[in-house]
Amino acid sequence: MGLIELLKKDVRFQEGLTACINCGTCTAICPAARFYPYDPRIVVDTVQRGNEADILTLLESDIIWYCGECLSCKTRCPRNNTPGYIIQALRDLSQELGCFIKSKRGRQQLEVKRIIGENMIRYGYCVYLDEIDLVGHPEQGPVWQWYRDNADSILKRLGANYKGDGSGTLRKISDEDMLELNRIFEVTGAIKRFEKIEKLCEAKVEKA
Amino acid sequence: MKIEGKQRLWNEYQKDIADNHYYYARSCIRQNYFPGSENAFLRILRDYLHKDVCDDPHQTTCTGIAYHSALIPFETTQAVVARQFSLMNQSNYKNFIPSCVTSFGVYSEVIETWNHFPETLEQARKHLYEATGRVFSCPENIVHTSDIIYKFRMEIARLSKYKLIHHITGKPLKVVEHIGCHYAKMFPKKGVGGAEFPAVLSGMIEAWGGEVIDYPERRHCCGFGFRNYIIKENRGYCISNSKIKFDSMEPYKPDFIVTNCPGCTYFLDRWQYVIAETTCKTYGADGFGIPVLTYEEMAGLVLGMDPWDLGMQLHQVSVESLLDKMNIQYNPTKKHSGYMDENIGIPEKPEFLKIQV
Repeated sequence: MGLIELLKKDVRFQEGLTACINCGTCTAICPAARFYPYDPRIVVDTVQRGNEADILTLLESDIIWYCGECLSCKTRCPRNNTPGYIIQALRDLSQELGCFIKSKRGRQQLEVKRIIGENMIRYGYCVYLDEIDLVGHPEQGPVWQWYRDNADSILKRLGANYKGDGSGTLRKISDEDMLELNRIFEVTGAIKRFEKIEKLCEAKVEKA
Repeated sequence: MKIEGKQRLWNEYQKDIADNHYYYARSCIRQNYFPGSENAFLRILRDYLHKDVCDDPHQTTCTGIAYHSALIPFETTQAVVARQFSLMNQSNYKNFIPSCVTSFGVYSEVIETWNHFPETLEQARKHLYEATGRVFSCPENIVHTSDIIYKFRMEIARLSKYKLIHHITGKPLKVVEHIGCHYAKMFPKKGVGGAEFPAVLSGMIEAWGGEVIDYPERRHCCGFGFRNYIIKENRGYCISNSKIKFDSMEPYKPDFIVTNCPGCTYFLDRWQYVIAETTCKTYGADGFGIPVLTYEEMAGLVLGMDPWDLGMQLHQVSVESLLDKMNIQYNPTKKHSGYMDENIGIPEKPEFLKIQV
């Protein structure tokens, strides 16, 4: 099956590409296009033309990893295209085919997996106080350090239930609920993707 | 245009917001970075407005940050959303209210996908059942939590202890309102006022006495960008986009910024700190930054809640300039107290952003 056919299997690609008239409104509104060598109009034009070699180049490039998925393009496109959805489909296919490993930005998926993926598996949250320190996040500033140093007392004062059983802010998510979440990850292919990211990145390092 | 015509047009930008009995879905970012805000929301709904809200311990992340970083397949997000709905069914609620704007976008996108592609709904049912043995039905009403506060803004105004008015000049405070992108840019019909005229925050501000600033980059993204923030070396994207907004709003001298998205609140607060540290530039007066509030904090202040009970001591940009303008009575010595009023020290440089050079 060709790359364009694989893309068309993704409902976001079907929803995101109707008929691009190359007006460039998406590029004008795009926060990523303002700072990166990134042009959503060209991405949409490339997939619309359907040239397999050009699509493969996209899948192996940094380009598809610049988008911030703010979806401002969805609002503005005068022809109801959504370049952000097309990017989502390209990113998934790039990982499915192992193409992401060929670009520096693509290989950043390893770090995303080790931060967000492992937070979800360990805590049931995408982000978690215990894992956010000033070394990784100097932008948090000194108030954050004070908060982390005194988290138990401060969170209790604010009525949170930090690491506690039952409901409330920053509660511990029970083993039973974590089991259900992790089973969903297994059944729907998230764990498989995590393993693929680890394996391919490791192989890349060994080769280097 | 005649008034009736305007009203008819405006009606197209309204949405149905349930009146009571809500199933609350918590936010990963809001819980970690603004841990007082979700409690404030529950207090406002339960204690001031006498509404029934379910705070279910069984819910988990919606996976939104992972989904928008392409870390997990869409099928995974759909099944997790289905599980959240199943939990809501189990608790006998029908009105689903997520605290996070990214989550609101995720829930909206999943439901739209299920409507447009019925086979994906069947697949989500199959995945959820296989993984957990659960079944589910979709909510009757799904709105963002800021929509709820918007709906009851006039009731809150009647209960208010303070107004968004400068107590000395008597003039309305000038407020920048920032709407999270995934609130209405993806599905304009799901936001009050749509993507072009979002009224969810401006409605609150005006109801409580403030004046909304219309500045050139008002609708520009805060710059989160998901993997553009998660990866340290990509963060130039985030701060650069926030800086576009700060530079654009600065000439209008805002008294504070309010947002409905926990991520936006976080970035507009923290990047002011980084810009001050790296360039000595501050956007407020006298070396201060512009305070950045969650809408729960804004509502809480108006209702007379203690700012330190709201968790406003956890902002990197200090909020005292705003409290003083509103003449809010607060105890400065309690700002950094612990749970039992114990001394837990203070952050380094807690008052001013500006580096002394």
